[in-house]
Amino acid sequence: MVATNFYLILGAIIFAIGAVGVLSRRNALIIFMCVEMMLNSVNLTLIALSRQWNNLNGQMFVFVIMAVAAAEVAVGLAVLVSHFHHTKTANIDDINVLKW
Amino acid sequence: MNFTLPYLLSIITFLPLAGAVVVLFVPGEGAKKTLALLATLLTFVVSLLLLPNWQNVAGMQFVEELAWFPPLSIRYALGVDGISLFLVLLTTLLMPIAVYFSNLYVHKRLGAYMALMLLLETAMIGVFLSLDLVLFFVFFEASLIPMYFLIGEWGGQNRIYAAVKFFIYTFAGSALMVVAILLVYFSTGTFDIVALQSAQIAPAVQTWAFIAFALAFAVKTPLFPFHTWLPDAHVQAPTAGSIILAGVLLKMGTYGYLRLAMPIFPQAAVQWGPVVATLAAIGIIYGALVALAQKDIKSLVAYSSVAHLGYVMLGLVAYNAIGISGSVLQMVNHGLSTGALFLMVGFLYERRHTRLLDEFGGLWKSIPVFCGLFLVVTMSSAGLPGLNGFVGEFTIMLGTFQAMPFFAVVAALGVILAAWYLLTAYRKMAQGEITRPENDKAHLKDLRLDEVLLVLPLVLLFFVIGLFPNLFFDKINPSVEALVAQQQARMVQHVTVENSGEFSTNLFIVETLGQ
Amino acid sequence: MFDVAWLLFALPAVGALVILLLGTRLPFKVVGWTASAAVMATFGVAAALYFGLLALPVDQRSVTIVYWQWMTIGNFQVPAAILIDPLSVLMALVVTGVGALIHIYSIGYMAHEERYQRYFFYLNFFILAMLTLVMSNNFLGMFVGWEGVGLASYLLIGFWFDRRDDMYGWYADAGKKAFIVNRIGDFGMLVAMFLIWSSLGTLVFTDLGEAVHGLAPAAATTICLLLLLGAAGKSAQIPLYVWLPDAMAGPTPVSALIHAATMVTAGVYMIVRTNALWHMSETAMLTAAWIGALTSLFAASIALVQTDLKKILAYSTVSQLGYMVMAVGLGAFGPAMFHLTAHAFFKALLFLAAGSVMHATSGVLDIRRLGGLRKKMPATYWTFAIGAAALAGIIPFSGFFSKDALLVAALEKNLAIYLVEIVAALLTAFYSFRAFFVTFHGRPRDEQLYAHVHESPQIMTIPLWILAALSVVAGLLNLPFILTLDKWLAPVVGAHEKINITIELLGILISIIISFFGLLMAWALYVRRESWPQRLARPFRFLQPMLENKWYIDEVYNMAIVGPLKAAAGWFARFFDPKIIDGAVNAVGEVAIDSGEAVRKLQNGAVPTYAFSIFLGVVAVVLYFVFAH
Repeated sequence: MVATNFYLILGAIIFAIGAVGVLSRRNALIIFMCVEMMLNSVNLTLIALSRQWNNLNGQMFVFVIMAVAAAEVAVGLAVLVSHFHHTKTANIDDINVLKW
Repeated sequence: MNFTLPYLLSIITFLPLAGAVVVLFVPGEGAKKTLALLATLLTFVVSLLLLPNWQNVAGMQFVEELAWFPPLSIRYALGVDGISLFLVLLTTLLMPIAVYFSNLYVHKRLGAYMALMLLLETAMIGVFLSLDLVLFFVFFEASLIPMYFLIGEWGGQNRIYAAVKFFIYTFAGSALMVVAILLVYFSTGTFDIVALQSAQIAPAVQTWAFIAFALAFAVKTPLFPFHTWLPDAHVQAPTAGSIILAGVLLKMGTYGYLRLAMPIFPQAAVQWGPVVATLAAIGIIYGALVALAQKDIKSLVAYSSVAHLGYVMLGLVAYNAIGISGSVLQMVNHGLSTGALFLMVGFLYERRHTRLLDEFGGLWKSIPVFCGLFLVVTMSSAGLPGLNGFVGEFTIMLGTFQAMPFFAVVAALGVILAAWYLLTAYRKMAQGEITRPENDKAHLKDLRLDEVLLVLPLVLLFFVIGLFPNLFFDKINPSVEALVAQQQARMVQHVTVENSGEFSTNLFIVETLGQ
Repeated sequence: MFDVAWLLFALPAVGALVILLLGTRLPFKVVGWTASAAVMATFGVAAALYFGLLALPVDQRSVTIVYWQWMTIGNFQVPAAILIDPLSVLMALVVTGVGALIHIYSIGYMAHEERYQRYFFYLNFFILAMLTLVMSNNFLGMFVGWEGVGLASYLLIGFWFDRRDDMYGWYADAGKKAFIVNRIGDFGMLVAMFLIWSSLGTLVFTDLGEAVHGLAPAAATTICLLLLLGAAGKSAQIPLYVWLPDAMAGPTPVSALIHAATMVTAGVYMIVRTNALWHMSETAMLTAAWIGALTSLFAASIALVQTDLKKILAYSTVSQLGYMVMAVGLGAFGPAMFHLTAHAFFKALLFLAAGSVMHATSGVLDIRRLGGLRKKMPATYWTFAIGAAALAGIIPFSGFFSKDALLVAALEKNLAIYLVEIVAALLTAFYSFRAFFVTFHGRPRDEQLYAHVHESPQIMTIPLWILAALSVVAGLLNLPFILTLDKWLAPVVGAHEKINITIELLGILISIIISFFGLLMAWALYVRRESWPQRLARPFRFLQPMLENKWYIDEVYNMAIVGPLKAAAGWFARFFDPKIIDGAVNAVGEVAIDSGEAVRKLQNGAVPTYAFSIFLGVVAVVLYFVFAH
């Protein structure tokens, strides 16, 4: 059996990659994917710890997170597509209508 | 047994609200006017039922109680005692007058205007009748909103500024009060105003809560130096708004101080009494001096209110029956006198569309009835013995003299200044030559009969209160004496509990307070 | 007998109300006679009270009638009650008697006035207030009348509120000044009442005598000095006399009634009424005596050089009131009331006679333009002569006896004050006859004016003659050694102290000499045109500009008090209030707006920035949890 530590380290690495991606990339679609990576890294951590402590709460959380993430992606992608139709860009540096 | 109604206080409180709803949905300006007037008149008549059923005892009467939000023991509780009785009657008396005046002269968006006026009446009556802190606060805040719109919508040139300033300034005060109310709740577990008057609250909590309450009420009263919203609001407000603002709304500050700040936090109130007294005394002199230099008659009356309410606060912090009873009566007096002053100014403004003193002169020749009545009102405001203002001012100063002689002397100096600025205003308006053609007999119409009848009840009350103040004191005194007695009992308790070791100093404290 | 006492108030009140409500629809004569009838009937009531008292034994002549409880808060209780005793009845008789005559006189004098309703309304209101003042049995009730007469005086001084001239400025301003200066006195009254109630626990006059024994001397002195301030306001004493000369802007009958005979004596009445307090404080009494003495000299000196007939009379009123205050200060309460009564008669007479002159000359009272009126106005001439003689203290007119009673009291008790008063008496005799001779003797100085002069109608001259008769015989009220009035007042003010007969006779002799010398000087200077009085006056020439400008008192007050207060008011209203206090309020609002302005720059709308700040926040939170524990 793989030690829990490895899962945690893997989760941390995926989370870090996702976080760096969110902060550094300019394409909204990629940022989205990075957000998904961060969410899933947390899911991985939760499942690993769930197994470790024999506690199903962690797995339940994961289901909730997956559901929320799915809903979020649906809404987010819809916004993104609709915005793309308007402005022909997915570069978030150009999306700043909420300025001030 | 006299005729009475069940749920009398609730009826008095919510009758105007019902009127407001009806007024909003009834079509036709004439119907709205009539209905609004009827609603206020009916409220007045119903509120008069309090008098024949009144018992001259301390304590709340006509009490109604209902659980509102049981988990936090918030109740819907109404009651009236000698302190609030005449403030309620003052409100219900001034409202028909204000509404009738508006019927004559307000034309813009009448339905909304009347609905707001009626809403305001409910809120004001609610403040005076609430026996629960949360309910009190709800009504206290609810009175802000209609007045905000009345000033902001139907006001003068600079009305938005004045309305926003009025709202934010008083609201900032109430924000502090919310915190204090919660503080009180968490240290006593009740919002019951009557129960709180005998609750023990730790001195530190008392101090902070008292400061918060006192600040809220000081802004409302307004006490120097928190008064600057008042001239702006008065100058900009429509006449009826000014009548109600000066007549009733300001009393919510002094009433709150007397009903909440003093009995719930007795030690803190005594400790901070000199500070409040100092501000009140400064307000008396300062308000009078600033009034002296005003050019606009409405801001003159506004500053005179600062001075007059300084007297009221002074009487309250004197913390003896004479001063407090005098203050309660003086609240009513100020409502009547200043209400009448604004009414008279309103008549003049609707005729001449200016309020600048220099625009007038010699009016006594062209409109003698107006000037004669105006003189009586002025004299009432100046505290001429035989009229209402004097009874209040004298008892206040006498009470203050027992506790803090110096401040009483300062207040007596204010009496000189009051005569000065009021007579100066009267001199500029009514006396001298007619200097402008708009002011002569041909152009300026004297008061009509209905306008005279509008002022007359107030003027008659000047004389009734001036000559037979005991009709009022009989009902006020028991409550006030109970309040003072309770205060003294609690101070003694406090002293023995807090530092029972220092006997000699304690004795001194008790004696100073006991006067 | 005393059941009718309420009519004292009801009659003038009804008169005033009727005139107020119906006056504009009634013709002049009806209004005038209604008002006069009300006051005459009131005089009848006062007389009834007098006879009622007379029927009682001397030690029971103090009847209190409580109408209702006025103010009650705990142990603070003030009744609405009247006190019928020798003092109040004397005052009521004087007020209603002189008042009735002046009402009737006014029917003639004000015949051409269009606002006559208002005038008679005010007059009746004044009588009502004055009776409240003198009849009330406590300080607070007296204070109602005290300010009520102040209001009546304000209204009547400013009766012609639309007029102005070089002497008075706007008449309305004179009224305002009177009211405000009186309020300064009222301030003293108020604080005195606070002190009295705090230290004695009562405001009722009849309780004072008992309560006063426990009073500390310092408290007594403070109370009495504050009362003295009140009296100085009402009775026009130094330092508050400045309103009275200006009050002459009012119609002349008003000057006669309010500003000579009745209202201005209220201060003296009040001191007499509260004599129990004054007995407790030597200091306060001495202060009062000196204030009165100095006022009488000071005002007499100003009267010397005035050229307006009414102003001369006004300053002489101030001066005579000074005599009365001096007397009460020396404890001579009976003589003070005697002089008050006699003065009410002869000063009302003088003013009404001056009014008659004014009526004839269409308002001109500058004695430099008058002269020789004797032939055209015989009734006025003779009555004025009697008044002047009484004022000057010529034997056997009433003024001689009353003033002599005061002077003898001063001679007995305080020689310095006596000397001051003797000088004042000399000046009084001189200026009264100066006014008399210049106005009525010699040749007319303004022929055009003189041509139109005519004697006044009977309705004016009859009151003059009645007052003249009273001025002649009023001395009988209190002849030396018989002292009817002193004995009448004894229940209130205590028995008259026996005065050494040598001193008394010496005083009388000096008084006679002084008054005749003053008369002689005036006669020599203004009728015979001899030069010796001028030579006598030459050393004092340097005083003349001071006197003509009334010792610059008005100017000093304006500079020292009114000006700075107005400047402060202006500074507060135009700078301090809007800029500092309101500035601070608005500054709070501006700080909120400015900080919002600053912070809102952070919201640049770029999502990565937001994300980065979230990231930093998370890092901070994590670091906190990792390292804080």
